[in-house]
Amino acid sequence: MSTSMTNDVPAVRVQGVTRIFAARKGSGVTALDDVSLTVAPGEFVSLIGPSGCGKSTLLRLVADLDVPTSGSIEVFGKPARQARIDQDYGIAFQQAGLLPWRTVAGNIELPLELHGVGKAARRARAAELIALVGLADFASHYPDQLSGGMQQRVAIARSLAESPSLLLMDEPFGALDEMTRERMQNELVRICAETQAAVVFVTHSIPEAVFLSNRVVVMSPRPGRIRSIVSVGLGEMSGRGEDLREDEGFFHALSQVRELLHGDEAGINPTGVRGVETR
Amino acid sequence: MRTAQPGLLQIVLAPIVFGVAVILLWQGLVTGLAIKAFILPAPFAIGAEFTANLQNVANGMAVTGRNALIGLVIGALLGIALAIVSALARLFDGMAAPVVAALSVVPIVALAPVLYTMFGAGAETARQLVAALAVFVPVYFNTLKGLRMVRPVHRDLMRAYAVTNWQATRAVTLPTALPFVFTGLRIASSLAVISALIAEYFGGPVGGLGKSITSAASSSNYGLAWAYVLGSIILGLAFYCAALIVETLVTRNHTQHQ
Ligand SMILES: Nc1ncnc2c1ncn2[C@@H]1O[C@H](COP(=O)(O)OP(=O)(O)OP(=O)(O)O)[C@@H](O)[C@H]1O
Ligand SMILES: [Mg+2]
Repeated sequence: MSTSMTNDVPAVRVQGVTRIFAARKGSGVTALDDVSLTVAPGEFVSLIGPSGCGKSTLLRLVADLDVPTSGSIEVFGKPARQARIDQDYGIAFQQAGLLPWRTVAGNIELPLELHGVGKAARRARAAELIALVGLADFASHYPDQLSGGMQQRVAIARSLAESPSLLLMDEPFGALDEMTRERMQNELVRICAETQAAVVFVTHSIPEAVFLSNRVVVMSPRPGRIRSIVSVGLGEMSGRGEDLREDEGFFHALSQVRELLHGDEAGINPTGVRGVETR
Repeated sequence: MRTAQPGLLQIVLAPIVFGVAVILLWQGLVTGLAIKAFILPAPFAIGAEFTANLQNVANGMAVTGRNALIGLVIGALLGIALAIVSALARLFDGMAAPVVAALSVVPIVALAPVLYTMFGAGAETARQLVAALAVFVPVYFNTLKGLRMVRPVHRDLMRAYAVTNWQATRAVTLPTALPFVFTGLRIASSLAVISALIAEYFGGPVGGLGKSITSAASSSNYGLAWAYVLGSIILGLAFYCAALIVETLVTRNHTQHQ
């Protein structure tokens, strides 16, 4: 997508990856079957598909929180494990996963602290990120004093703390109401434009995927495969604003993704597309 | 937890009101039914003995309290340290589990005389070790349980940060376990006093509450014996309350919501 950067090493290169979870009885679950995907530096790629099609599994493999049964995964030209050790990515999980005994600022400082950044630099960076996610008044609050949406923003700020050139996000807005969600999407677009990071973004929402992404990867379940990849082509991140949601190209891409998800609904697997919001 | 907690007033006031009611009832029964002092002395009589022998009771509390405190510190440090090792090294855990289970059923009655012969009847060491053992068991088990309560998302986070085992232990595992450690310490605090006191029944130097109770009772000084019992109760409560206060202060923000 990002034509200006095609000569660079890809941010993520997934090649022929299969992940089979062994079961106590039977042949086990094939969560991913021969999946290949390349994400360019600075590119925003969404993974969408019915529940259980292996989106989280794929993200965890890229993050080296899990290892593939076969196939290879490279992040910035390095094996995933090396990229994790080099801290090449930032990650936000579906659950905010904040440490309840740390304040908002303390949570955002956590990765910096663990990686030996000095106190003053840590403070400054945390303050910057807190402002970025609009929580300036809550820096010294504890997570259980925040709403779900605010916690999620802290988690996003934490994932940005070390200015990673790759962001991995697993349904970070899943638990938010529609209003907060749209505001967060706009914020994320702004952040991505500012930081030039590549993003792999898991979501259940078609409009969200289309609004945010350069490309939308549509997956099918059991076994998890990539059904198709839709290029959204809505232009550079920096040019994306609220008015894009009314754009004609937006609706075209929307219906394209929707058709891909529902295409075989009548035929092969009528139950397969549960868990995808088509609003 | 910052949600509705029972106020300090409620925590303190309710037991006091109950206690006063029990004492008045007790006093009424003893005088009303004319119960003999060697069976059950009246609470006011005990109170009079207590104030008359305040210095002796306080000395006894100091001796037993010191043993209990030393035992509490030793047992807690050992319990926490070994629980951390067990949590980090599965092999060690496998070896330690049956040993700790065995330790947890060792009766003080059996252990105290053996320790007195080991460390000499003139030293307080045996009593401190008995208290340490009683403390060690609940602290070890509670800490180990807490160390295993780390949420999967936190474990993933630590792996994503590629930190060392020890860094992850300090950043996530220990804070997660902290409320459990303090629950263990609260249980252990009263056990420490009870064990240190009971250990005195089996030998060792005089001066502590346990020895004082037996000697007062054997010389038919029932009021005095009960005054020492009252001292024991106060000592046990003091330990328990101190542990409770520390627990509440330390674990204010450690509860896991979400
Ligand atoms: N640790 C595991 N052990 C066994 N099976 C697993 C494990 N993790 C995932 N699976 C299986 O792999 C498949 C894909 O799971 P995954 O969590 O990747 O789905 P998903 O696309 O993220 O679904 P959702 O949209 O509901 O989050 C599922 O069938 C799941 O049961
Ligand atoms: Mg998932």
